[in-house]
Formats: sequence, C-alpha cells, structure tokens
Amino acid sequence: MVGILEDKDRIFTNLYGLHDWGLEGAKARGCWNATREILAQTPEWICEQIKDSGLRGRGGGGFPTGLKWTFMPKQESERPHYLVVNADESEPGACKDREIIRNDPHLLIEGCLIASYAIRAHTAYIYVRGEYVHERERLEAAIKQAYAAKLIGKGNVHGWDFDLFVHHGGGAYICGDETALMESLEGKKGQPRLKPPFPAGAGIYGAPTTINNVESIAVVGSILRRGSGWFAGFGRPKNSGIKLMAASGHVNKPCVVEETMSIPMRQLIEEHFGGVRGGWGNLKAVIPGGISMRMIPAAEAEEALMDFDDLAARRSGLGTATMIVMDKDADLVKAIARASYFYKHESCGQCTPCREGTGWMWRIMERMATGEAEMKEIDMLLDVASQVEGHTICGLGDAAAWPIQGLFRHFRHEVEERITNYRAGKPHVQGATLRAAE
Amino acid sequence: MSVRRLAANQPESFAFSPATLEEVKVWIAKYPAGRQQSAVIPLLWLVQKQEGWVSEPALRVVAETLSMPVIRVLEVATFYTMFMLEPVGSHALVQVCGTTPCMLRGAGDLISVCQKKFGNRDHKSADGKFYWQEVECMGACSNAPMAAINDYYYEDLTAETFEGLLDDFAAGKTPKPGSSIQRQGSSPEGGPLVLLDPSLYDGTRAKPIKTLPNAPPKAPKTKVPAP
Repeated sequence: MVGILEDKDRIFTNLYGLHDWGLEGAKARGCWNATREILAQTPEWICEQIKDSGLRGRGGGGFPTGLKWTFMPKQESERPHYLVVNADESEPGACKDREIIRNDPHLLIEGCLIASYAIRAHTAYIYVRGEYVHERERLEAAIKQAYAAKLIGKGNVHGWDFDLFVHHGGGAYICGDETALMESLEGKKGQPRLKPPFPAGAGIYGAPTTINNVESIAVVGSILRRGSGWFAGFGRPKNSGIKLMAASGHVNKPCVVEETMSIPMRQLIEEHFGGVRGGWGNLKAVIPGGISMRMIPAAEAEEALMDFDDLAARRSGLGTATMIVMDKDADLVKAIARASYFYKHESCGQCTPCREGTGWMWRIMERMATGEAEMKEIDMLLDVASQVEGHTICGLGDAAAWPIQGLFRHFRHEVEERITNYRAGKPHVQGATLRAAE
Repeated sequence: MSVRRLAANQPESFAFSPATLEEVKVWIAKYPAGRQQSAVIPLLWLVQKQEGWVSEPALRVVAETLSMPVIRVLEVATFYTMFMLEPVGSHALVQVCGTTPCMLRGAGDLISVCQKKFGNRDHKSADGKFYWQEVECMGACSNAPMAAINDYYYEDLTAETFEGLLDDFAAGKTPKPGSSIQRQGSSPEGGPLVLLDPSLYDGTRAKPIKTLPNAPPKAPKTKVPAP
C-alpha cells in the first residue's frame, strides 16, 4: 500500500475525474446521503461536531472551521447572513481546490448547504478564480443539477431555503485574502479591508459573513456522516484529519493526493510522488505548502511531518500542503527571485511597505540570482523583508518576505558564493583585487 | 502591482449582442437588489468574450448597465490582469505560466517557443493571429508546465508538444485541452496509485445511514426565527 490513508477512508473519491462528476455519480459515491438527517439537527450540533473533528481551515491559515462558524450571530436580524467559499486558488504550488471543483463539485455544494445552515445563512457565493473557466462551467452545471433535483433552492427537500451562486474574479492573487475577496465580490478593486470589523460582524454588503476554503467546506458532509471521531482519528492531536496534498517541481510523478495529516514528508514524496528526481539524495530543498512558506533543506525534509505544528516548529508552515520540491540542479535563488516577481506583480498597491517593498525585493533578488549584487545587500534585503513583514493590512506582505527569509536562512552561503564568483571573473569589479592579492 | 492603461486606439462604440445580453441578466440576478455592482467583473468578462478585449466604450456601457460611475469600472478593468485592454490575436491568446513551479519544470522552453514564433510578449504576432503573455500562477502546478490558450488549460507541455499545439491553432483548429501526456487530471503519470478499491464505486456508500454518529437521542429541530 502506498501512503498511510486507506481507500475506504477517502473523502474525494473522484479526485482524478475517472468517474461521473454529475449528481447520479456523486450520489452513488455517498454524496447527499443523510443530508436531510444532518439538517434535522441543530446548527449548534453541527458546529460542535466540526469543532470536535479538529478540522482546521484548509486554505492555509489553519483556523478551526467549527470555531469560525460560531462567531456568526446566533439570531438572524434584518441583515441576512452569507457564506462565501474562497475558490480563488492562486498561490504558486497550490492546485488542490481545482480538483474538487471540477471532479467532485457535489461534495462542495452539499458542504455549502450544511455550512450555510450551521451559520444560519440562506445565500452562499462561491468565488472561483477567473482563470478556472472549465472548472466554473463544471460547477455551474453541477449547481444546476442540484437545483433541478430540489436539493438546494427555495422549498428544497432539506427544508432550509438556500440559494447558491457562482461568482468569478479577474485573475488577482490578492482576492484570496478574505477581505479583498469581499471587496471584489462587491464589484470593486480587490484591496483588503482593515479588521475589525471582522467578516462575521460585517462582511459582504455589510452583513455577517463566513468565508471558508473550498476544501474545508467540501469535507463537512463526510465528517458529519462518518462522525467527528473518525476524522479526528487521523494525524497528531490538534492537526487531525485528512487533507489533499500535492507536489510540483522536481519529483518524478507530480500529482494531487488525499493523505492523513502528519504523514512524514519523505514518505509522501517517495510513495505518492514517485520520489525526488535522481533519488532522495538529490533533494535540495522543499517549500512545504505554496510558495509563501519558507523552504526547508533536505536534512529537515527527511524528518518533517506534514502538519501545521511540526512545520511551524521548523519555521516554515503547512500552508495548503501543496509542496514545491527542488533538487540539486535547481537554481534556488532564481526560483525565489521568480517568486518575488510574482508578489511584486500581485501586490494590490494599497499599503506602501508592500507596494514598494515587493518591487524592491524583486530587483535585488534578480541581482542576487546573477551574482552582481553586493555582499552587504544581503543584510539590507533581509532588513527590508522584515520591514515589509507584519506591516501591511493583509498577509501578502508577509508572504512576499517569507520565501526570501527561508532562502537566506538555509542557503545564504550559496548566494555569497555566487556573488564572490561573479566578481572573481571580472577583475575590474571592486573587491576582486583583494582576492588576487591573497 | 502592474500599471495598465487603456489602448490608444479605441473603437467608436460598443453594444452587447443579444446572446450576451441574456447572460448579463443572469449575472445581475445573482446579487441582492441594489447590489448589481457585484456583477462588474463577470460583465467585463462577457465583454471580453464578445469582442476579444475590453475597450473604453465598453466600460461606459457596463457602467450604464450597472448604474455605477465609469471611473469605478475603469478601476476594476485596470486592476484585474485578466482583462485585455488592447486587441488580441485573431486565432489565439496564449498565456504561458512562468511562475516558480512551472519554471522548475521548463516553462522557460515554452517562453522561448513563443518568443521565436511570435516575437515579443504582450504584442500581437506579425500575422495578427496570436498574442502571447507570460502570466502568474494559473493553479495547475501539478501539471506543470502549462499554458492557457483561449481560456482552457494545456498541461504537461514540452517545447515540441507546445509547438504542435500552436501550429494547430494557427491552422484554425482547436485541440482538446488537458494533459499532453494523457494523464488523467492530476493523477500521477502511469495511472493512479490510490482510489482503486471497487467498493468506493459500487453504491456501498450510498446505503441509508440509520443514525448519524454522535447524534443526540431525539433531535428536536430548533426553529430559527424568521428574519
């Protein structure tokens, strides 16, 4: 058997799209089973079960989902409640929600219904990133099926009036931030809002709103059907559950797979992803979950577990558990310089440290990649990174700083070597004469 | 942040086609009354689907349709990089992902192919058939490197297969999107290693569940007061 998770415990049984994505196929695989019984329980019971299951937000933040739901007002007022599902999956490396949307859309729709009931919302929006055109078409078709079968909509068979709409964005990474997503959903530029007020108090259209990741919502139905204890039984305490994981970069068989939390990183790479290109010994570094997480070197990847706490202890993070693997042929500096360009491109321009800092960091990183930077600029770069980190409204500033910090934490010597070599070959460059004199 | 401006040469006018107008209505109906501004991104997208790009007269029409100030529509059109602000190629808009995961697996080769075939990025090719861009992560990292051509994803590309695809587009064909090495979705090359248990698909999971785990003995449904 590969990995730890057995087939019988998998939630996303059509992950690869080998079976019917439509309503009939989804029902045969257990979706929409006992949904009526679930909605016969109280919203409090559902929140309690999700809390007990230990489900933490799957979009990268890792905030307990059940707890988030309890922040919503307990009574409906004249302001309607909303559920918004964040399907603006744009972080380099992350490619898991796409598989849910296109291959198991009914699990997501069912999850939306249950979650909306738990937070007393009658309307939900799924914000799909604009580039996912095929995925959006698939999701629209699945929602149409659910409406036709009266599973959702007004006067549906579950007894909770519920409308579900697909919204789409225009290709902006920043809209993955929950407050920027709300701005974008209201038809504005995706520039994050200050918190407080938190979305549970004033979200879209000033109404109480809960925003969850696609995967967090799509697993809800299965957790309630099989019991919170079942879900909590996987992984280490506080990191429980099963999760979609993926690999890109220098592995032999990049793919997306569902696994238990806390699976050793090496086991995951070797058994599911066909191992590192050229064997485990050829591994150089792993970015564990989406490019914003700090990289860890091969020695740490050997021992790392794929969960929130273990990776946080290694000064990285689980993020979305979609790793980028780099072997010894990879040019790490160039890879991170490209990431810096990404953040420069995607900064929304609202906060000065991020708007100016991301461009600044990118330009220096490009010079580091060729080696033409100066030695003292390394510390200057790290200083700028620390001034961007934590000084912006949303997390994009942090996310831009972390990959650079990760690179220099583990591979500073490589950059220094590159700068030295660049100068050594060019005698007219300041510093080269000193070396010649030695 | 990217600085984006409207094209220098703009058409005289813009009007939604009857078919697009139907879709416009569908989108506006998705949002609460008075919140029709929410539909601005989808509407601009419909404009782009109809015309191939977003022109200045179109911004005015969208603003009028949604009763919002033109400047707000301009803000949105220039903020979101999916909106093309100048005319694109007649046959294909080629968007090669160049971000780190694709870069590590050879996006550079795809970029060279485009450079060689069409010239500089963000311009129409000499024959006017193509327009190519390097774009940021498209969210198909396990199938890297990839390119989106006319909205659909072509994955697991090499320079050769990519060139073949572009030749097909130049000949007016539309190749089937997806993996160029016949991978099924994002399954590993050579076939899935998991999800092989037939009992997942024989209806076992669809059997009625008598009692939900952890359900209270008698679950009285609390009526949530109507708003």
